[in-house]
Amino acid sequence: MAYLDHAATTPMLPEAVEALTAHLGTTGNASSLHASGRGARRTVEESRETLAEALGARPSEIVLTSGGTEADNLAVKGLYWSRRDADPARVRVLSSPVEHHAVLDAVDWLGEHEGATVEYLPVDRHGRVHPEALREAIARNPDDVALATVMWANNEIGTILPVRELADVAAEFGVPLHADAVQAFGQVPVDFAASGLAAMTVSAHKVGGPYGIGALLLGREHTPVPVLHGGGQERHVRSGTLDVPAVASFAVAGRLAAERRDRFAHEIGALRDSLVTAVRTAVPDAILGGDPVHRLPANAHFTFPGCEGDSLLLLLDAQGIECSTGSACTAGVAQPSHVLLATGTDPDLARGTLRFSLGHTSTQADVEAVAKAIGPAVERARAAGLS
Amino acid sequence: MTDTPQRSRPLRVLAAMSGGVDSAVAAARAAEAGHDVTGVHLALSANPQSFRTGARGCCTIEDSRDARRAADVIGIPFYVWDLAERFREDVVEDFVAEYEAGRTPNPCLRCNEKIKFAALLDKALALGFDAVCTGHYAQVVTLADGSRELHRASDMAKDQSYVLGVLDERQLAHALFPLGDTLTTKDEIRAEAERRGLAVAKKPDSHDICFIADGDTRGFLADRLGRAEGDIVDESGAVVGSHEGAYGFTIGQRKGLRIGTPAADGKPRYVLDISPVDNTVTVGPAASLDVGALTAVRPRWCGGAPIAPGTYTAQLRAHGGETEVHAALVDGTLEVTFTEPVRGVAPGQAIVLYDGTRVVGSATIATTVRAATADV
Repeated sequence: MAYLDHAATTPMLPEAVEALTAHLGTTGNASSLHASGRGARRTVEESRETLAEALGARPSEIVLTSGGTEADNLAVKGLYWSRRDADPARVRVLSSPVEHHAVLDAVDWLGEHEGATVEYLPVDRHGRVHPEALREAIARNPDDVALATVMWANNEIGTILPVRELADVAAEFGVPLHADAVQAFGQVPVDFAASGLAAMTVSAHKVGGPYGIGALLLGREHTPVPVLHGGGQERHVRSGTLDVPAVASFAVAGRLAAERRDRFAHEIGALRDSLVTAVRTAVPDAILGGDPVHRLPANAHFTFPGCEGDSLLLLLDAQGIECSTGSACTAGVAQPSHVLLATGTDPDLARGTLRFSLGHTSTQADVEAVAKAIGPAVERARAAGLS
Repeated sequence: MTDTPQRSRPLRVLAAMSGGVDSAVAAARAAEAGHDVTGVHLALSANPQSFRTGARGCCTIEDSRDARRAADVIGIPFYVWDLAERFREDVVEDFVAEYEAGRTPNPCLRCNEKIKFAALLDKALALGFDAVCTGHYAQVVTLADGSRELHRASDMAKDQSYVLGVLDERQLAHALFPLGDTLTTKDEIRAEAERRGLAVAKKPDSHDICFIADGDTRGFLADRLGRAEGDIVDESGAVVGSHEGAYGFTIGQRKGLRIGTPAADGKPRYVLDISPVDNTVTVGPAASLDVGALTAVRPRWCGGAPIAPGTYTAQLRAHGGETEVHAALVDGTLEVTFTEPVRGVAPGQAIVLYDGTRVVGSATIATTVRAATADV
């Protein structure tokens, strides 16, 4: 079997499994004062320090959450509410049309239910937001901007966005910028302090950690209104008893992702390049998606004209090749990707996409399997056409 | 009769899974028979984001999930294919247009002919599948010469060959009905589903038209065709009431006529005729519903050659009984005479002809000849 859907989730690292299972048998609520509680708290705080180091942040800037979706919601909604509370004029939310749904839908929700004026910044045909576009949008009225949120790297087409430059622009106007770095972490250098971001989302299961744990990195001067109210854990920003084994496991995976990033990016990038070459050789009119230069090393996104992505998925799945169309689905019905539509792709063309995403278990054999299967699969899918 | 595809070599099978118990068990049986089965749920609603709620019908999110759950338990890949556009064009719009023309269509036949064994089958074949599998109760029999016949299910009470009477030989050659050849009651199918760990075992049956969630066909048509008030007249032409759209009536209908003046003989009156041209609905006594003959168009044959004139049995609606007929094909039109008059035959309905248990073919009723008046 060729598992080429690491951007959906990647196998847990053995070290992370070990950390998780080692803590599952230990009792202790990290908020308790007794010895068991102190033991749990020590695990949590050491893990927090580990994660902080891996991400270029201070330990107090790590707000642990149930994953990327929750961290995105906390950043977008929480910062909107707190900024608007401080000044009722701040109702404008700037975002990009290529965001993950965890950001996109949260932003839209603010527009529909919280009186926000949502503004999507233009992107180029590779899905990049240009710093000048952000400057223009903020400068139109710097006083009414609540926050800006632009992802670090796109989950579908793998384009890396100029987060550092965008953060500089936002900082000029005192506007907090959040970035969803779920796909970036482990593939490109992610240094929270150097990024200039106000907030940043990461998720454990994309870097070899467990499901159900992630973090919002949050500059100390920012206090978003909580989405989850309760016991006051995590700087009173995110209540809820901490999942100690998951936190410990996340820390191990996060540390290894940072330590191994350079070599991983180099090796996986080479493997990805050979995959791209193989697909293009088999299907000369396949269109490589995303930015040709600023792209994640593990992502290969293709559009196959005249094909339904779902058909390709079915045909490859039947041969043990697991990948994704890359786009979100509604009740299982494939919709043209909002990312591709935002980059100006023709809607019919946008239905024929496949995303191969590589990871730490990927091998040359996986590439060879794709090289062998993709040509006949595309031929078949083309015959089946667009329904 | 030799073998059925169910018992022959392993096939690559695409199982259409509605989310109901029959199609789930059918897929499970196909997989168990050694076929390489992939499940597919057809999304037929135009707007997937506003899928209706409720567990009945074929296009709810819940049904899609139930189908996926079943596929996971059976251990087969599962996909949702969006055929909403084709379904709207070929089934829903046809349904509305037929009613608008004063006829009574059967959308399930239409869906089998145009969607399940056309759009779906064509895509399946293009993708390398050999057959489409459904939970219909009917049998495909392969003869020694390789040709296929469609037969009633072993259990006549469950038989659904009527709604498959539109399939031609090519479509039959790629059809798999794993439920058709066993004497199985619905309770036994449910028990089998339970035994197989399929959570849909207890799900209620769907009976209604799947794209009319609340069962209000008249309201559905009114939304699309608008109100068009007209007269309800008796057989002499005297106005006895009014209606808000002739399309809202079906021949043989008794309820909901809201006629003010009672009939002279005090007996109930039924819809005898619907005339979209002058927007008039004609009502009269039950005896006037008796039909002695009919003509039917667009014949489709479940085997090779068109039929020779002869005596057949006919079925006129999905859950209707059999009746003996003499049928002949004249210039592409099927001319049918009933041995005994039948009641409540509506243009637009399908007549399916049988030779014993074998489905001969089907055609769409165009005109009827009253037994009493011998007048159309």
